[in-house]
Amino acid sequence: MEKKYFFDNPRNVKGFIWLFYIVTGLFTVAELFIHKHTFFTWEKYPFFYASFGFVAFVFMILAAKHILRPIIKRKEDYYD
Amino acid sequence: MTNSFPPALVFIIGALLLPVFRGKLKSIYLLALPFIGFANLLNTPEGIHWTVSFLDYNLILGKVDKLSIFFGYIYHLITFIALLFSLHVKEDSQHIAALFYGGSALGIVFAGDLMTLFIFWETMAFSATYLVWARRTKESSAAGLRYLLVHIFGGLCLLAGIIIHVYQTGSLEFGYIGLEGLASWLILIGFGLNCAFPGLHAWLPDAYPQTTATGGVFMWTFTTKTAVYVLARAFPGAEILIWVGATMTVFPIFFAVVENDLRKVLSYSLINQLGYMVVGIGIGTQLSLNGTVSHVFAHILYKALLVMSMGAVIYRTGKSKCTELGGLYKSMPLTSIFCIVGAVSISAFPLFSGFVTKSMVVESAAMGGMTVIWFMLLFASVGVLEHAGIKVPFHAFFSHDSGIRTKEAPVHMLIAMGITAFLCIFIGVFPRLLYGLLPFPVDFEPYTASHVVTTTQLLLFGALAYVFLLRSGIFPAEMRAKNLDADWFYRKGAKAFMWVVNNPMTKFGSWVSRTVFDVIPSSLGWASRNPLAVLKIASDTVLLQFAVPEKREAIQARIKKEKEIYPGDIIKHWPIGTIVLMVILFLLVYLIIVMQ
Repeated sequence: MEKKYFFDNPRNVKGFIWLFYIVTGLFTVAELFIHKHTFFTWEKYPFFYASFGFVAFVFMILAAKHILRPIIKRKEDYYD
Repeated sequence: MTNSFPPALVFIIGALLLPVFRGKLKSIYLLALPFIGFANLLNTPEGIHWTVSFLDYNLILGKVDKLSIFFGYIYHLITFIALLFSLHVKEDSQHIAALFYGGSALGIVFAGDLMTLFIFWETMAFSATYLVWARRTKESSAAGLRYLLVHIFGGLCLLAGIIIHVYQTGSLEFGYIGLEGLASWLILIGFGLNCAFPGLHAWLPDAYPQTTATGGVFMWTFTTKTAVYVLARAFPGAEILIWVGATMTVFPIFFAVVENDLRKVLSYSLINQLGYMVVGIGIGTQLSLNGTVSHVFAHILYKALLVMSMGAVIYRTGKSKCTELGGLYKSMPLTSIFCIVGAVSISAFPLFSGFVTKSMVVESAAMGGMTVIWFMLLFASVGVLEHAGIKVPFHAFFSHDSGIRTKEAPVHMLIAMGITAFLCIFIGVFPRLLYGLLPFPVDFEPYTASHVVTTTQLLLFGALAYVFLLRSGIFPAEMRAKNLDADWFYRKGAKAFMWVVNNPMTKFGSWVSRTVFDVIPSSLGWASRNPLAVLKIASDTVLLQFAVPEKREAIQARIKKEKEIYPGDIIKHWPIGTIVLMVILFLLVYLIIVMQ
């Protein structure tokens, strides 16, 4: 029987992800209590950075998966 | 005059003395060398030093000001870390190449004239190539050769630019050049190739992943950051660099998403990070240049940390691909922690080094009202989080368990990574110490509530998207594949060129040689056996073309007969009178020619 490591236990994985959700939630709420220094008007919109982060990430992954990969993907021995 | 020594020569001469030492003493000597160099650097006052006369020009080995000395500090620091990391390497040649590499980078940083710069520029390319070849695999020798060829091309562009520049201005001095005229564009291409400008970048993800486990630390540092240095000297405020840099931050992140080899991911990540520095140079304000230079410092450290953690993985497992790795935190817990520190630093989370440097560049773009650039940089920040922040540590050390069980990295590697990880956090927590070294006075506060919260939100929500995409199965699977890049043009181009050489051109060549050396001489030989009969055959053949149909048959028969009896009776019997007439005619022609 091999030694059990930290992330082998599903409860620990779950706990880690919940911790991540809580921290994310805290930083989202924190925005309401601070004064934002801004250069552009859209920076003033509530949760601009949060939504930009989420949307940008999803866009990036989808573009790489569905546009870039089909164009550039070849077999590993392509140049041999 | 100063009683110190050119920093480049400390490393280069130091490298040549390396084979003298044996065993433990060699290790001590290797680690002492950066300290000797550093003490020497501290002892060097600002100003112009070590001028050597060469032909009609003065070569300046030491132009010491705030900018060059800043690069000097970080280069000495990273050389120490990298040498510590590669202490187990028994081959002297690798250490010597690495020290030549670092030494020539220092040579460029302190060069006061273009000729010194060019000499060290080429030394740098050759010593770096050795670090690729030193891995001694089929791929690394091929990639090393491509690396060298591409850099020779870049070096020649630079040389051409330098020659035209010197011809036009009459001065060899290296300083602000500015974008004006052919010379400056050629110099920009030479510099830009080393800085991995879009389109000129393919050598980087091609060669860097092929370096030795330890050589990578040097590779990821010197060539590109030295290019940033020369760009900051020669082209600050060149507007085109803003767009070039912003493109560099954005395009590699898509390539990094679909890449399987983690060191290749780190190569694309390097281009992305260079992009921020190039944008800072292009904007050219004090804030943006401070941002560029401080980002060089922070970046060298956290990128070295990531490269070292991957180097340790390669050293222990021989693997660097997502599909082959995973679950290594079980056997290499400390390496995993160091990798995560590097990943968090590059992602620019508060309290880590990337946060206090990158934001200067982004803010100077905002202050300049550059909306599109600002959005590109913000988007790229999310990209960094994806490939360097999450993908590298997650796929190597966590993700699905690859079943690999190995040992933790050796002690000297752990110490090297530990020092670097400490510095990444230290700079993040106490940015003022770094700011104090910058070329311009710093009036910038990274730790405002607004900046901390907005940046963290951006990153955490990116990570949140990652969790959702991974759990829903939308996130693209790891795949064993070769992803094309701009190197396709010269790798396939070279093959196409060789095909053209081997097929149409060879055929043409053999046709020419057959005609010239075979067909023409032999037919001349044949004709010379009886020129008169040949003339007869020729005239009959011409006659045949114009003959009326009834006569054709007779002429054809005659030609056939003439060919059959060829050469036939060579001696034609002429009447004496005709011969005498011809002799007289010849004499007459001869006399006319001579009399004139």
